[in-house]
Amino acid sequence: MTDAERIPGFSTLSIHAGAKPDPTTGARATPIYQTTSFVFDDVDHAAALFGLQTFGNIYTRIGNPTCAVLEERVAALEGGTAGLAIASGHAAQVVVMHALMTPGDEFVASKKLYGGSINQFNHSYKNFGWNVVWADPDDIASFEKALSPKTKAIFVESIANPGGVITDIEAVGNIARKAGVPLVVDNTLATPYLCKPIDYGADIVVHSLTKFLGGHGNSIGGMIVDGGTFNWSRDKKYPMLCEPRPEYAGIVLHETFGNFAFAIACRVLGLRDLGPALSPFNAFLILTGIETLSLRMQRHCENTLAVAEWLAKRPEVAWVSYPGLPGDKYHALAKKYVPKGAGAVFTFGLKGGYDAGVKLVSNVKLFSHLANIGDTRSLIIHPASTTHRQLSDAQKVQAGAGPDVVRLSIGIEDVADIIADLEQALAA
Amino acid sequence: MNHDRYPDSYIRGILNTVKTIAMVGFSPKENRPSYFAFKYLLERGYRVIPINPGQAGNEALGQTIYAKLGDVPEPIDMVDIFRGPQYAPGIVQEALALKPRPQVIWMQLTVRNDEAARLAEDAGLKVVMNRCPKIEYGRLSSEISWIGVNSRTLSSKRAQTLGKGVQRMSLGPKSSS
Repeated sequence: MTDAERIPGFSTLSIHAGAKPDPTTGARATPIYQTTSFVFDDVDHAAALFGLQTFGNIYTRIGNPTCAVLEERVAALEGGTAGLAIASGHAAQVVVMHALMTPGDEFVASKKLYGGSINQFNHSYKNFGWNVVWADPDDIASFEKALSPKTKAIFVESIANPGGVITDIEAVGNIARKAGVPLVVDNTLATPYLCKPIDYGADIVVHSLTKFLGGHGNSIGGMIVDGGTFNWSRDKKYPMLCEPRPEYAGIVLHETFGNFAFAIACRVLGLRDLGPALSPFNAFLILTGIETLSLRMQRHCENTLAVAEWLAKRPEVAWVSYPGLPGDKYHALAKKYVPKGAGAVFTFGLKGGYDAGVKLVSNVKLFSHLANIGDTRSLIIHPASTTHRQLSDAQKVQAGAGPDVVRLSIGIEDVADIIADLEQALAA
Repeated sequence: MNHDRYPDSYIRGILNTVKTIAMVGFSPKENRPSYFAFKYLLERGYRVIPINPGQAGNEALGQTIYAKLGDVPEPIDMVDIFRGPQYAPGIVQEALALKPRPQVIWMQLTVRNDEAARLAEDAGLKVVMNRCPKIEYGRLSSEISWIGVNSRTLSSKRAQTLGKGVQRMSLGPKSSS
């Protein structure tokens, strides 16, 4: 099945991409290479590996064969040229920015983002001198207005956490292309099953594998996918990619590695020097989760639509924000970008406000009250008192996490049980 | 041949068949892409002959460097072009004048010249453009999968080791699998 003419389907790739039976033992499942290091043939072999002249494994901080299967798996599913596994989604973002930015640079980011990313951009990045300029995905022109000669990237989420905002990736991508900067899309909530941002102009895709890709709430992980679409040498804006690198005897990464140079730069300059390597064991669990991605996402989306429809009719509920609902603000964008389903994460507002939100999360018996999304289990949280607590009141509302907002991540339990739990918790 | 996409069987067939590769535009500087490809292919059992007029008579990794294709005293199976696309037609002409003729013209990443391709194909040669033999070998042997690259291959068969050296894979059977 190696003929370039025939491309396997999504479910087939979810199971097979990146994986072959182990050459030595014939083991069919991906072995967990729980090793820190790998032996060399001789000093010349070692030198060739360290100098990037030959492919191979040296040290798990730089690369690991179990993680490599995961990298190729996610790259294949996204339609990218290469992947890089990182310890967490947050760390994946840092490694991406580390490859693109130098102190004093700016990047434009959608203000509709996961609260953790907002914090990372507003606070931690200041220590590196990376400056975020916020833009509104509901007003695409705001992205263009936010550009400056110092802009090095644009960052958005495909489906935005927490409130089911769908970003018009193509429109933002056009602005990025005109500005000569890469578009980075966090595709965590959609997964490539629902949306492939590279098809719409994304140059780099990031994931928190912790969520729907791993799917079972057992492993923290992150992924960077190189779209292979950006010309790193055009404007000489990206020294990590287009300048001779002193760390590697002067090689020019874009010239040497072509359309997967960005992933290589992230690995050999970022991951190597910053160190957020993914555990091979986590990679194995996440790989196992990905094998059922199609089935899980189908069930997640079916269940979520049913729950959203049910909530919309409840007297306790003031509003429901789920793009799968026909009247929703983002319904048209959802039909374009996530036609198979609008995902499993959405918010709704309780007429009883902050206190009703706190009460609801205390009363559920099937839903788990915790800070995560994308588990087989249904999850609930009141963002204003938890994940978005560190934002100002204005920022909370802007991020879709006002005092009355409850966020659900609907699991793959029987939908009757999911609804019954909400019913009893609302009535309690 | 559609030069936008090559079937893996086409590339695998070429890399499994050619034994002697002449690298036009070879650089002896160890940080240049041509040096990387040169070293990699040598280690996988190919005979690689570096061509660089400014370096003629010198050696790289034990291989004599020649000034031009015509100076090479042995038959060449594949000419690998590491020069700008504007030089490709001239290099193909030189290749066609060799006796015996090479079977393959290969042009590196970003090197694409459809006129040169037609010249070679009309004379019965196979052509590959905008590809690197190191990357293609890496893809088809599964070596490149170790660094997370999408090899765009899918197989339930074990990858085959090269038989010498740790972490060195072969291309596998001559037919596509």
